[in-house]
This record gives sequence, structure tokens and C-alpha cells, in this order.
Amino acid sequence: MMVLSGDPPRSRVLSIVLIVIIAALAVTPLVFPGAKAMNVATKICIFAALVASYDLLLGYTGSVSFAHTMFYGIGSYSVAIALYSMGPGWAAVATGIVIGLPLALLLALAIGLFSLRVEAIFFAMITLAVASAFLVLASQLSWLTGGEDGRSFQLPELLRPGTVLISKGVFGFELNGRVLTYYLIFAGSAAMILALLRVVNSPFGRVLQAIRENRFRAEALGFRTVFHLTYANCIAALVAASAGMLNALWLRYAGPDTSLSFAIMLDILLMVVIGGMGTIYGAIIGAAIFILAQNYLQALMSAASNAAADAGLPLLPGLLHPDRWLLWLGLLFIASVYFFPTGVVGRLRSIGRKPS
Amino acid sequence: MTELLSLAGVHTHIGRYHILQGVDFSVAEGQTTMLLGRNGAGKTSTLRTIMGLWQASAGRISLHGRPIEHSATPDIARLGVGYVPESMAVFSDLTVKENLVLAARDGPLDDARLEWIFGFFPALKRFWLSRAGALSGGQKQMLSIARAIVEPRKLLLIDEPTKGLAPAIVVALIECFAEVKRRGATILLVEQNFFAARELGDSVLVMDNGKIVHRGEMAALASDVALQERLLGLSLETHQ
Amino acid sequence: MTDLAASGALPKPKRDVLPVLLPVILALAVAPLIGSASSWVTLTVASLAMGMMIFIMASGLTLVFGLMDVLNFGHGAFIAVGAYIATLVLLPLAPYVQADSLLTNLAVLAPAAVLSMAVSGALGLVVERLLILPVYGQHLKQILMTTGGLIVAEQALYALWGPQIIPLPLPTSLRGSFIIGDVVIAKYRLLAMLVGLVVFAGIQLVLNRTKIGLLIRAGVENREMVEALGYRIRRLFLGVFMVGSGLAGLGGVMWALYREQVHASMGNDLTVLVFIVVIIGGLGSIGGCFIGALLVAMVANYGGFLVPKLALVSNILLMVAILMWRPRGLYAVTSR
Repeated sequence: MMVLSGDPPRSRVLSIVLIVIIAALAVTPLVFPGAKAMNVATKICIFAALVASYDLLLGYTGSVSFAHTMFYGIGSYSVAIALYSMGPGWAAVATGIVIGLPLALLLALAIGLFSLRVEAIFFAMITLAVASAFLVLASQLSWLTGGEDGRSFQLPELLRPGTVLISKGVFGFELNGRVLTYYLIFAGSAAMILALLRVVNSPFGRVLQAIRENRFRAEALGFRTVFHLTYANCIAALVAASAGMLNALWLRYAGPDTSLSFAIMLDILLMVVIGGMGTIYGAIIGAAIFILAQNYLQALMSAASNAAADAGLPLLPGLLHPDRWLLWLGLLFIASVYFFPTGVVGRLRSIGRKPS
Repeated sequence: MTELLSLAGVHTHIGRYHILQGVDFSVAEGQTTMLLGRNGAGKTSTLRTIMGLWQASAGRISLHGRPIEHSATPDIARLGVGYVPESMAVFSDLTVKENLVLAARDGPLDDARLEWIFGFFPALKRFWLSRAGALSGGQKQMLSIARAIVEPRKLLLIDEPTKGLAPAIVVALIECFAEVKRRGATILLVEQNFFAARELGDSVLVMDNGKIVHRGEMAALASDVALQERLLGLSLETHQ
Repeated sequence: MTDLAASGALPKPKRDVLPVLLPVILALAVAPLIGSASSWVTLTVASLAMGMMIFIMASGLTLVFGLMDVLNFGHGAFIAVGAYIATLVLLPLAPYVQADSLLTNLAVLAPAAVLSMAVSGALGLVVERLLILPVYGQHLKQILMTTGGLIVAEQALYALWGPQIIPLPLPTSLRGSFIIGDVVIAKYRLLAMLVGLVVFAGIQLVLNRTKIGLLIRAGVENREMVEALGYRIRRLFLGVFMVGSGLAGLGGVMWALYREQVHASMGNDLTVLVFIVVIIGGLGSIGGCFIGALLVAMVANYGGFLVPKLALVSNILLMVAILMWRPRGLYAVTSR
């Protein structure tokens, strides 16, 4: 209870689902050591933390930000550029952190103080504008960022796949640098999610919810809402940047497509909505469902598209082509917001409460 | 005497707040009915609920025997209801003329009727082409009332028209309302100014805590100081 | 003392002309930096043409927000759809587009533009009914739903037309430039300016001279009172939404011809530009939107000429500067 900051899942089914997901993630390197399974598990860990930080904004303050991938990208790029230019070493990782986090913080502070004064809608528009400018910058300043190609780099010795710490022993399991990186990411993401749980259940978190319900009333009660919202924006940005750093460490690469693109923003939005806004736990569920679907449904789409093409059907092959994955995501997104606004967590909790 | 408007057991909720808690009254056709009560008693909410700007959560509202509690605001207005809100709500970006052109829903402005209105409110004629936002508070109130009477309406809902106005303007408003009534309109008037209420009212309703707590003849209330004290916590001495 | 007896004129409301002067000041201020007069004229004309096109795209968005507090994050979809629909007319009729006769060229351009506006407007009807009406009044869901709409529209365009860039050459008679002395003015830019001015004048005329326009202006200020006067503002809103979508479609056609290409991502890209314009102008203000569009275009053109590197972020810098000066944009319309 202490660890969960007094905010348990509050539904038996939800608790079981969460335990299954977390247990599966914890044992992935032991049970499914294949590259694809490891990639999927890592992405779930990183996105669970990233989405949870977005939930702090969307679910707890009701403000829509389109700049979340920008902070994620700042984290990714700062580690990548540091390791690329300084060579593989822990000093480079530290440099990336020391530059990346304050940069994200400052930018979040500036955006918050600037646009959260007026209206929620302003914040949404300005974050969109700033994020798109940042995307252009990242792809144009190629001397720094590698442009569209991004930056590939080498990890410190300890984290490389070739580094064997414990060779295959009695359990038939090898602890190498790759597995170590995975557990680093697993632990980092878990720590961030638990920290976010603590934030939303603190008195500060309650104020955020009061602001979401009625900003004028919160202001009348004497809360400096701009300050609170900006503070939340900064926390979310820091977590997003940290998640970005973990992402770069895993991929040994940072580029526009993996850390900055608008498609990632949409993924985050969808995960929050599917999981359930304003719950933090929803982030874990949303990330798990979404990433599993993304990795295994796209293959299905491809098969269906080919089958439709073989059958000579018009239009369908194009619509089902794996490149049109976003089309179906968009439709799913609209349908979720409309029919399923409380997400999986909200639905499970309401089932637990009253059998109606 | 026939009833033009009647409310039966009307409740209104705004968010978590239970504003109207079972309002029952009727307004007789051709009369001026005063709705009195202290601040926060629910007078404005009553007018807004009749107008459909807030949805009644329970109860029935009927106009000419026709239920309107589920009607949309424009449809209620089209049944012949004019509304003068407390905030006056003149369109400040539009000129005086444009405000009245919009209010004349059924066609072009009727010159004779305009002259009749200018008789009460000459300022509107003088500032005919000025932006309404530049008018003084009293002139805005005149415009707001002119908007409600620029075409004949069966029922006028008027919310605290005299609030904060100079005595000379209050006299002009009273004269206007009396004339409008003589031309056959029915008026439901929320008023804090007891002097105006006494001058204009045929019958009176007093609200408290979202309910009607007194209904009767205006004259009877005007002559019963003890009753005024009890219902309104005021006496004529302090309000003249 | 009393208002009844008061004579004389009202205090003249102060007209806020500073924003109107801003583009002029900017144009004059950069003139010495640019140096050559002919380059300055060329850049200024380019700015005006680009500004007019952006204005056409953005006008609907700002009106829709002003009237009903609805911000359509999918507005860019109408721009892209408009451009694609134009290719349906212009590509099959390529011989007429390539004919060296202004009349023949316009005879295919005009129907293409009209068809684009009609389809975008019709799409506006669908979007309003399906995506905006169900979540009316809920800002958060509105943003999410319309963002989803933008994605779906963009992907549907990819699915229907493929991911490649479609070239859309300018009609022959609109190619090239007028050369007056050493000043070079592209013909198409003149046309774009002309169309932009006509649209701006048309919007102003409707807003100021017709009852519908009065209703829109009144509705921007206080929609409750408009309803209390007996007008069904939801219908009015639907009409404005459709016209705004249609104008976005027209802007899309013009932009596509300006760039001489069509791509599904243009909706997404232009959404950002249009948002910046609408924010600079003040949400809901048509005049502000016009000035904002001109400023954005000027900063892009002058900036691109003077400091090419800065052009990437010039819009953001402009927005930041304007919002530091006026936090709600040049003209804050609504009290909401």
C-alpha cells in the first residue's frame, strides 16, 4: 500500500490483469529471450511510463499537450548525441542526462508559463506549434542530430549484448548486457510510474483534479492554478525525457521516427484513452494492449490485405495495407473517446462496484 | 382571468446545486406580476428556466396551456416570449439599429412602433448608429428592453431592469412597462426596487430558497408593512 | 446628469489600429535591411499572396471558434481534401490547363475550385454531425475527436490516392511573371492576392451588411441571447462550419497550385500554420486572422531572405512576440 501511495487498483480483475502484465514483463528475458519479444516488452515498459506521465497532464489536469513526444525526443537525442560525440562511456550517459533533463524542464516551464495562463485550448494549440517547430529543427540541424537519419551510437561496455555477466548455468539462462539493459529499463519505468502515483495522490495531485473540475473555483479558493499546471507540465516533461533516454539506450539510436514523430503522439493519446484517463494504472494497460496489437495485428492486416488483393476486391487491399495502420488507429481512437471514455480501467472499476 | 404562464413543481439543478426546489405559480394574462425576493432566492433562475436557458430537471411549465419545459430556447422565444436578462446582454459590437434589426425577427423594423419606443427612450434615436458597447448602463438597459418590445410579444420576462439606474431612468422604464401592458402584453418582472414594484405590479410573488413563499395582490403587500418586513426584510422607509 | 436628457455625441470608442499598422510597419522596417527595392517589392508581393492564401484557409477556423467555442483540430483535413478534389478535375483536363489561353485555363480552374469547396463543405457537414455535435461543449473530447478525424482523413487520402506526391502544374497563362523595370511579380501571386481580397471583402460584407452576418457577430458575443431572441444558433453554426470548411478547401486548391503539388500530409502541415495565424489574430477575430496571416507570411518571406536559418522557427518566434505583447492575440474577441 505504501508503495502504491494508498491508491490501489480498486478492482479485483484489474489487479489480476496488472499483476499478469508486470509478471510477464519481469520474466520476459528468462522465458522469451528472442529479439522480437524483448523489443515488445521493452517498448511496453517505456511507453507505460511515458503514457503515465501524459496521463498526469491529460487525465489529472485536463490539458491536452501535443508536445509530449518533443520531451521524449529531447531525452532520446540528448543521450544519443552525448554517446555519439563522446564515445561509449558512463560519462557520456551522465552528460546526456545532465543536459537533457534541464533542457526539457526549461522548455516545459516556458511553455507552461506562457500558454497555461489563458485557456486549455491555447495550451493544446501552442504545444502543437512548438512541437512541430522542434521536429523541423531536429531534422534540419543535421550536424547535431544527424537529420532524418538520426544518430546511432555504441553503449558503454557493461550494457552491450556481447558482455556476458553470468554464463548459461543451471537455469539455462544467460545474464548479458542486453538483459541488464532490459532490467535497467524495467526498474526505471516502474520507479517513474510509482513516483507518478505518489504525485497524483499527494495534496498537489488533489489540487490538479480540483482545477480540472472547475478552474475558476480552484482559483477562487486561492490556488495559483497557472503555477500548479506548469508544475505538472514540468513533472510530465521530466518523466517523458527520462523515458526517451531509456528508449535511446535500448535502440542504441535516436531519430525523428522513433522519438519525435506525430505518430508517436497519436500512439500516446490512444494508449491513455484505451487504458483510462486519470488513473495512472491505465497507462500500463493501454501500453500493453496497444503495443501487443501493433506488433501482432499489423502482420494480420498484411495477410488480410494480400488476401483481398488476391480475391481481386477493389479498395480493400489499400485500406488493409499495413501502412494504413494509422487509419484504423484513428477510427479506433474516435470510437474510444466517444463510446469508451473511461477506458479499460474505468470499465473494470465500475464492474467491480455495481453489477449493473 | 386566464392563465398565460404556469409553473408546477419546477426543479432546476445547476451542477451539484439544487437551485429551484419546486416552484409553483401562474401568471394571469394581461397582468404585470412582480417576482420579489432576496438575492439568491432563485428569481433569475426561474426566468432562465422558463426561457429554456436552463433545463428544468422536474416539473411542468406551460404557456397558453402548451407544455414548454422540454422546448429549446429559440422555440420558446418564437411562441411570443421576450426576455430582458439581468446582464442586459446587448450586442456591444453591433449598433443600436443592428441590435433592433436582429430583435425584429418577423421582418423589417416597423417605423410606427419604433417612434413609440423612441417616445420612452429618446437616447436610442440619438445614438441609432452608434455601437451599443459605447452606450451608458442606462442606455443599454433601454436598448435591451426595446429589443424585447420591438415586435409585439405575448409575455415579457424582465430581470431587474432598474438595478443601478438613475431615478429619472427608472421613471421612464416604469412608464414604458405600464404602456406595454396597456397594449396587451403580460409581464413577469423581477425587481428589487420596491418603489417600482409597487407602481407596476398587479400581483406579486415572493421567493425564498428556490420556492414561492407568498403570492397575492401587489396592493395588499404594499399596504402591509409587517408582511413586507417578514417576507422581504425591508420596509418602505429605507427603499424610497 | 441623466441619460435621458443627455445630449451630444457618445464618447468615441477608441479604435484599436495598432495591429492594423503592424504589417505596414514590418514591411517598412525590413526595407533598409533588404537593400534593393526590387527585391523588397517582390518579397512583399510574395508575402501578401501567401498571406491571403493562409487567410482563406484559416478564416473558417477562427469563425467557428468565435461562434461556438469549437476548435476543430481537423481543420487541415479540409485543406488537403480540397487540393485532392481539384486534381480530379485538373489532371484529366490537362490539355485545357496547358492551353495558352487565360479564358480556357480559368474555365477549368473555376469548376475545380467550386467542386473542391463543395466537397470540403459537405465533408464539413459530416464532421460537424459525427465528431463535434456528440461532444459539444466538452473541450477535451472535442480536441481528441477532431484530432482523430484529421488522422483518419489523412490516411484515407493515402489509401485512395497513394502515398506519392501528385504534381499539379500551374495553368500556362498563370505561369511566369510580369516584369516592371527590375521588379519581378509572379502572375499566380497576383491572382492569389485577388482571390484573397475578394474572399476577405466577401466575408466582411456578409458580416456587416446581412442579417446572417449580424447574427454571427451577435452569436460570437453572446449566443444565449441570440437564442433568446428566437434564432436557432445551432443551424447557423452548422452553416458557418460548412462555409469555413469550403473556404479551407478553396485555400487548399490555391496552395496546391502555388506549390504545384498535392500531398496528403499538407493538411497536417498547414494545420500548424493556420493555428499560429489564428492564435496571433485572437481566437474568433476575422480581422485579426487577416493581419495574422499577413504577418506570418511576411516573417516567412523576409526572414527566409534575410536569415534563411531562422525561417524554420520564425513562426514560433512571431507567435511568442505577439503573445508577450497581447496574451490573447491581436484582437481578443470573446470574453469567454
